[in-house]
Amino acid sequence: MSLFSLVWNYLKARPLNTAINIVLLSLGIAVITILLLFNAQLEKKITESARGIDLVVGAKGSPLQLILCNIFHMDFPTGNIKLAEAEKISRNRLVKRAIPLALGDSYQTYRIVGTSREYADLYKVELSQGEWWNNVFDVTIGANAAELSGLKMDDKFASAHGLVSGGHSHDDHQYVVKGILKKSNTVLDNLILCNVESVWQLHEGGHEQMHHEFDSSFIPSRLVPSVASSDSTKEITSMLIQYRSPMGAIQLPRFVNSQSSLQAASPAFETARLFSILGVGVEILMAFAYVLIVISGLSIFIALYNSLKERRYDMAIMRSMGATRSKLFVSILLEGGTLTLLGSLIGLFMGHGVLVLLSMMMVETQKAGISGFVFYPQEWIILGGSLALGLICAILPAIQAYRVDISKILSGN
Amino acid sequence: MIQISNLSFSYAPQSTLRFPDVEVKKGENILLLGESGSGKTTLLHLMGGLLRQYSGSVKVDETELSTLSESSLDKFRGQKIGFIFQKNHLISALSVEKNLVMAPYLAGLPINEERIEQVLASLGLSEKRKSKVTELSQGQAQRVAIARAVLNKPSIIFADEPTSALDDKNCNKVIDLLLNVASQNQSTLIVATHDQRLKDKISNQLILY
Repeated sequence: MSLFSLVWNYLKARPLNTAINIVLLSLGIAVITILLLFNAQLEKKITESARGIDLVVGAKGSPLQLILCNIFHMDFPTGNIKLAEAEKISRNRLVKRAIPLALGDSYQTYRIVGTSREYADLYKVELSQGEWWNNVFDVTIGANAAELSGLKMDDKFASAHGLVSGGHSHDDHQYVVKGILKKSNTVLDNLILCNVESVWQLHEGGHEQMHHEFDSSFIPSRLVPSVASSDSTKEITSMLIQYRSPMGAIQLPRFVNSQSSLQAASPAFETARLFSILGVGVEILMAFAYVLIVISGLSIFIALYNSLKERRYDMAIMRSMGATRSKLFVSILLEGGTLTLLGSLIGLFMGHGVLVLLSMMMVETQKAGISGFVFYPQEWIILGGSLALGLICAILPAIQAYRVDISKILSGN
Repeated sequence: MIQISNLSFSYAPQSTLRFPDVEVKKGENILLLGESGSGKTTLLHLMGGLLRQYSGSVKVDETELSTLSESSLDKFRGQKIGFIFQKNHLISALSVEKNLVMAPYLAGLPINEERIEQVLASLGLSEKRKSKVTELSQGQAQRVAIARAVLNKPSIIFADEPTSALDDKNCNKVIDLLLNVASQNQSTLIVATHDQRLKDKISNQLILY
């Protein structure tokens, strides 16, 4: 026998009340847990995806769209820009690194990105099988893309135009899987990487000779060395830029935006803006969860308060058998604490469970890298907070138990 | 065992209950008789340490109850005294066994499974050990309350109106049972009642007016 066993028996004796209190609290905790896990993982993912990229240069349009499309690969391109114009910017003394991106096609909703090897180096991704793309129509694919699309080494596939399945298929050109990347929990997990020339050939047709080794006036492009830097016919979707010095942050965006057809967007600024937009929805959901928790706290208080009326004889009898006032006080606190501890544990479990289910059922959740098997230190705060809530809700009933007048109750007055 | 002298107690400033000096020896059985409002329950509660703000002296086992701190009095009560009330006041959330286990647990004594079985057997309740108390008949519930009161082998058993609501047959059964368990445990038994049927059962009587 222990005080906990006594408390547990009291909770079992009122199953409906106990269940309602636990369910109410666990729903609130589950919502908070889902938001915490989702927000924290998304923030981490976004931060990691934008790591090392100071500026994105693309066609004019929404700067947020430019960032979403070219860093997170979650939106459509704002348009194309001339390679020659991008080239000029890439040669600016404030630019340390410039990476071209050529978008437009996908395979089973996995985006095909024409780029340079520097793009993979940016995320320090390693190969799991095979090799990096070398020739036109060679691809190296991300871990998620390989797993979920079923593509294996040396598989051939035709891309579809656009980002949704069912787009116009480029059956005349087939990509070949030359390598598969290790899972990196970065945006590269969901991409199919190839060189920029592959994207150009696919859309322009023919087998244009890209190499100009014997042309003495040929100055190779810094972004796509197989074409001349002065080539005015080639286009790319965007260019990711890393500054050489902090001065770049001041001068370069202004310089780019002054070019009539180009736009520069800062990932740091736009992601902060994105979080503030998402934040409104998150705050509403959080408020809803807090309301649920407050209601459950009130419900626990009312349940304990009412049960005290029914249990005043029990309390008096226990005192007559030697129970101290403090033992009764602690037993009520323990009851409140047990209810909230159970509610919050179930809530945490439900929160993780929902994300596990979502990631099993929804490809988008898998692509976003949201997992239910991740634990954050803030969950201890949730657990501690709800335990404190239980104790606060139980304190008044506990004081009442402490003040029980045994003689008055037992004599029936 | 119990010595009372110059004892008085007030529920309100204008109404003071005064009690006669009493000395009860170990193993003695006493019938505390009196009409409603005469102070039987109050005297029982004073002797049992359930009421503390009294004048005069209440000594139980040579200990003046007013000198004990509240927690010491709780412990003293748990270990030396067993209470039986008119209503059984069993804890409905617990089984018969757990109701009994509460007695040593709350008194800070070790839980003796053998003793529980022995007490249950002596009261014909062995089969009800795991039952919920809500499933018991009134008679069975009263026997469980008696079992709980005697489990710690208390020096004194206080019974407050244990037979008032019972018919003659059950009245005799309960009082015989009480006398029997008190005798088995060598406990002093003090029964507070206005039930005149008990006069023939316990010859030592203290009448309050």
